[in-house]
Amino acid sequence: MTRAARCADARTQNQKRRAPVIEPQVHNHAPVRQDTLVEIRDLHFSRRGRPIFRGLNASIPRGSITALMGPSGTGKTTLLKLIGGQLRPDRGQILVDGVDIHRLGRADLYRMRRRMGMLFQTGALLTDLSVFENVAFPVRENAVLPEGVLRTLVLMKLEAVGLRGARDLMPSELSGGMARRVALARAIALDPMMIMYDEPFTGLDPITMGVIVALIKRLNDTLGLTSILVSHDVQEAASIADRLYLISDGLVVDSGSPADMERTESQWAQQFMKGLPDGPVPFHYPAPDYLSDLMGAAQKEGA
Amino acid sequence: MLGSLASLGRWALGVFERLGRGHLFLLNILMSLHVVVTRPRLVIRELYSVGVLSLLIIAVSGLFVGMVLGYQLYITLVRFGAEEVLGSAVALSLVRELGPVVTALLFAGRAGSALSAEIGLMKTTEQLSGMEMMAVDPIKRVIVPRFVAAFISLPLLAAIFSAVAIMGGYFIGVGLLGVDSGSFWSQMQANVDFYEDVMNGIIKSLVFGFVAAWIAVFEGYDAVPTSEGVSRATTRTVVHTALAVLALDFILTGLMFGDI
Repeated sequence: MTRAARCADARTQNQKRRAPVIEPQVHNHAPVRQDTLVEIRDLHFSRRGRPIFRGLNASIPRGSITALMGPSGTGKTTLLKLIGGQLRPDRGQILVDGVDIHRLGRADLYRMRRRMGMLFQTGALLTDLSVFENVAFPVRENAVLPEGVLRTLVLMKLEAVGLRGARDLMPSELSGGMARRVALARAIALDPMMIMYDEPFTGLDPITMGVIVALIKRLNDTLGLTSILVSHDVQEAASIADRLYLISDGLVVDSGSPADMERTESQWAQQFMKGLPDGPVPFHYPAPDYLSDLMGAAQKEGA
Repeated sequence: MLGSLASLGRWALGVFERLGRGHLFLLNILMSLHVVVTRPRLVIRELYSVGVLSLLIIAVSGLFVGMVLGYQLYITLVRFGAEEVLGSAVALSLVRELGPVVTALLFAGRAGSALSAEIGLMKTTEQLSGMEMMAVDPIKRVIVPRFVAAFISLPLLAAIFSAVAIMGGYFIGVGLLGVDSGSFWSQMQANVDFYEDVMNGIIKSLVFGFVAAWIAVFEGYDAVPTSEGVSRATTRTVVHTALAVLALDFILTGLMFGDI
């Protein structure tokens, strides 16, 4: 068999492997709109008895960048894990491309995950593999490609994030921003339909943050992706997102375009978007009356 | 009183819950064992880090254990004028008992703790979670190769430990204390039975290898994903493996040699 024929054969095999053979299985409720990639319906989830989500609803349009925002501890990362099928909800549905992700069997779930990319907050690079091998990892594990084709593919992904020259470095030799860019190259290695970003801007200097913001926008537009961005960096997320969801206390408090959110009348949304120290989210942790607390302490000392 | 009872109940429930998780985890491993055939390179790589890198500590420990054993047994045997059976006494002690047990204890300290720490850190840095999201099953890719490598390594290391320790006993008994070299080897050949002694020792080390590998990978996988959680997991690996090996040794010795 010639080299060209071998390549064509490998491509056919990979297309067969990657082809989504999952039939839509929407079991109840209203049908999913064609322009919606992820639909979250009446999501309830609790951890160790503490409710995290209490009937959350949201829809992520295809081709858009949607930012899920809210204070720390509101369950934004948990929501990404629920969308990726790593956690199961107590009640409700998450439909990804029309398929209820939590009704899939293990094989179908893994097939679906090949069409999803995820960028973890820490990058989650495999520490014993070089930058090149990290980007090649999902391809090697999920497809059979000739080494030359794989090399070209990996170099293209690394070029897209500006790190083609860093292919031989180990993760321990990368800065935080570089590690996140490598993780981004790895996330797009399987040409997914969507990417989930978990706090991509945390702990980055302004220049690196600008690079990551630009990359997310550019990759989304050029590759025709759908991006779900979890962040509490208001300015950065609002600068590239088409739609924002503000989450607090297990529910969507407000949603809309960044311009809508600037004009919102919701006091909670105003406090979050403007970073005000006091408001519906109080500055003080609940405590007894200040004066009586002090007097009580004085009386105790006197006694 | 009620508070103490409630605490005891919570502790017992926690223990049973953990045991259940551990057994389900083992079932998951056993159902994914085909990886060993489909991707043998993964196992070979782990065999190097788990087995080959443990060789030095096993060989050095074996040498010293054998030399101490040679001294101690000689001191006792010479009182009865039976020093020529030193070879068989050293070999029987090692092959039946000390070889599998001491190797398993050393293995837990060297390789078991390293496995737990490595897997625990992979969990803490979200590498395992990342694999799941890349449609790669971490049980097949990370856990099974390490489990199988540990299971294979321990019996081989136990055999090497026993062989080196016998040489240590020989150096002391024959080289230093003047026991006849011919008696040393011929007594060993006459009194060590392959099925009764060597095979039972191999069975013991296989059982210890299975348990040590299971505990090491489970503790790492089940670790709380914090630095303190990983530290606790490595400690638990060493402690639980040591206790399990000693308890199992008692049961296996009773079954094999005690006519229970």
